[in-house]
Amino acid sequence: MLGLQGDVREHVAVLDALGVAPVVVRTPEELAGVDALVLPGGESTTIGKLLRRFGLRDPLIERARAGMPMLGTCAGLILMASDVVGDHDAPDRLGLMDVTVRRNAYGRQIASFEADVDVAGVPEPVHGAFIRAPVVERVGEGVEVLATLDDRPVVVRRDNLVGATFHPEVAGHPGLHEMLLGRSS
Amino acid sequence: MSDTTAATGTERVKRGLADMLKGGVIMDVTTAEQARIAEEAGAVAVMALERVPADIRAEGGVARMADPEKVAEIMDAVSIPVMAKCRIGHFVEAQVLQSLGVDYIDESEVLTPADEVNHVDKWAFTVPFVCGATNLGEALRRIGEGAAMIRSKGEAGTGNVVEAVRHMRAITSGIRRLTTLGPEELMGEAKSLGAPYELVREVAHTGRLPVVLFTAGGIATPADAAMMMQLGADGVFVGSGIFKSGDPAARARAIVEATTYFNDPDIIAKVSRGLGEAMVGINVSEMPGAQRLAERGW
Repeated sequence: MLGLQGDVREHVAVLDALGVAPVVVRTPEELAGVDALVLPGGESTTIGKLLRRFGLRDPLIERARAGMPMLGTCAGLILMASDVVGDHDAPDRLGLMDVTVRRNAYGRQIASFEADVDVAGVPEPVHGAFIRAPVVERVGEGVEVLATLDDRPVVVRRDNLVGATFHPEVAGHPGLHEMLLGRSS
Repeated sequence: MSDTTAATGTERVKRGLADMLKGGVIMDVTTAEQARIAEEAGAVAVMALERVPADIRAEGGVARMADPEKVAEIMDAVSIPVMAKCRIGHFVEAQVLQSLGVDYIDESEVLTPADEVNHVDKWAFTVPFVCGATNLGEALRRIGEGAAMIRSKGEAGTGNVVEAVRHMRAITSGIRRLTTLGPEELMGEAKSLGAPYELVREVAHTGRLPVVLFTAGGIATPADAAMMMQLGADGVFVGSGIFKSGDPAARARAIVEATTYFNDPDIIAKVSRGLGEAMVGINVSEMPGAQRLAERGW
């Protein structure tokens, strides 16, 4: 569980309920000790800067390339994306998944919403909070779309990496975390 | 295909944005340039203001919502969320800020109150609100009115952390006390706190506020920020402390880093080196009551 900033507590609660004892990672040493990682929601600009300043960026990229399962929600997906577009400079990111993401694409906070999402491989609809959420504008080769909302991808997967534009953890839905842990297809 | 019956302005969506700010620093800014410095330093959000609290204090007069032009300028300058303050009870300033599209409204004692009896009915808005509190009862009253985030008030514009500590300790020890009470004691406690019974019951059961709890008012150094985090804050508001200091960019970055690594004294020591002058500061115990902003609101 990457714990630099954001809704770490909500992700930890979901993982606790699944019987996993998550470790909060803030240093390269802590990163070396985990075998799967959640990149939480938060401010992608802030988390991206902290990853770089505290030497986590390169080891994280290496671990992801070596096959460590990772789940990124909202800011977490933005950090995993290869391309980020919007009105402002793109944040420091990891560039792990060939997708183009537009930040704050639905508008400002007054446009934030919650909705049910059907995700391939998850039996029940996932209730997600879309908070100043991004949209996936382009999906590169090898990236599967696991869910859409209004014809736009909202959950994407590339091998060991799963990203969602929304927050399943805010309502406590465990579907995507089970996927991270290899407990569903 | 997924269901698109999307709901905006819900309690979950309002409280959810505050969840995303946890572990971060929200900085007061008065210009687009300052907003960019804050974002570059790693702030999770900025508070758009006409004047920082230290200047409001020094200049006196009635302090109001910032000029919408200024707020819009700051919103255009950064990608992180932008908050803005309205006066306590000034629901039309709040309507204006919602219409501008700010991401959070701070119904703030730093501005001159517009209503000495009533706060804004925050349930009536789509945009979420953060409110200040000096103790648990006050925090629960604001949540009862629809606040989606609480900050301990501290004493804004002083550069003195003592009131922030007092208020954070009052809130967290109030919460701890509730968890020790039996169910039959909760109504009496709700009465003495002056807080809604349902919220008192909820906090007694969960052991924490139902919304995110930040700290504010007097934080001026990385060590101040880290101490407030160790005392139980979910994140930090820094007002005058950054742009009234000698080297705002360096201090802003150091406060962000100390907030992330609040439990690591080695990192706090490292980031605190050579930051130049902190803001001068005021001894709160020598201030006349009328100058204490925390006493505004109830």
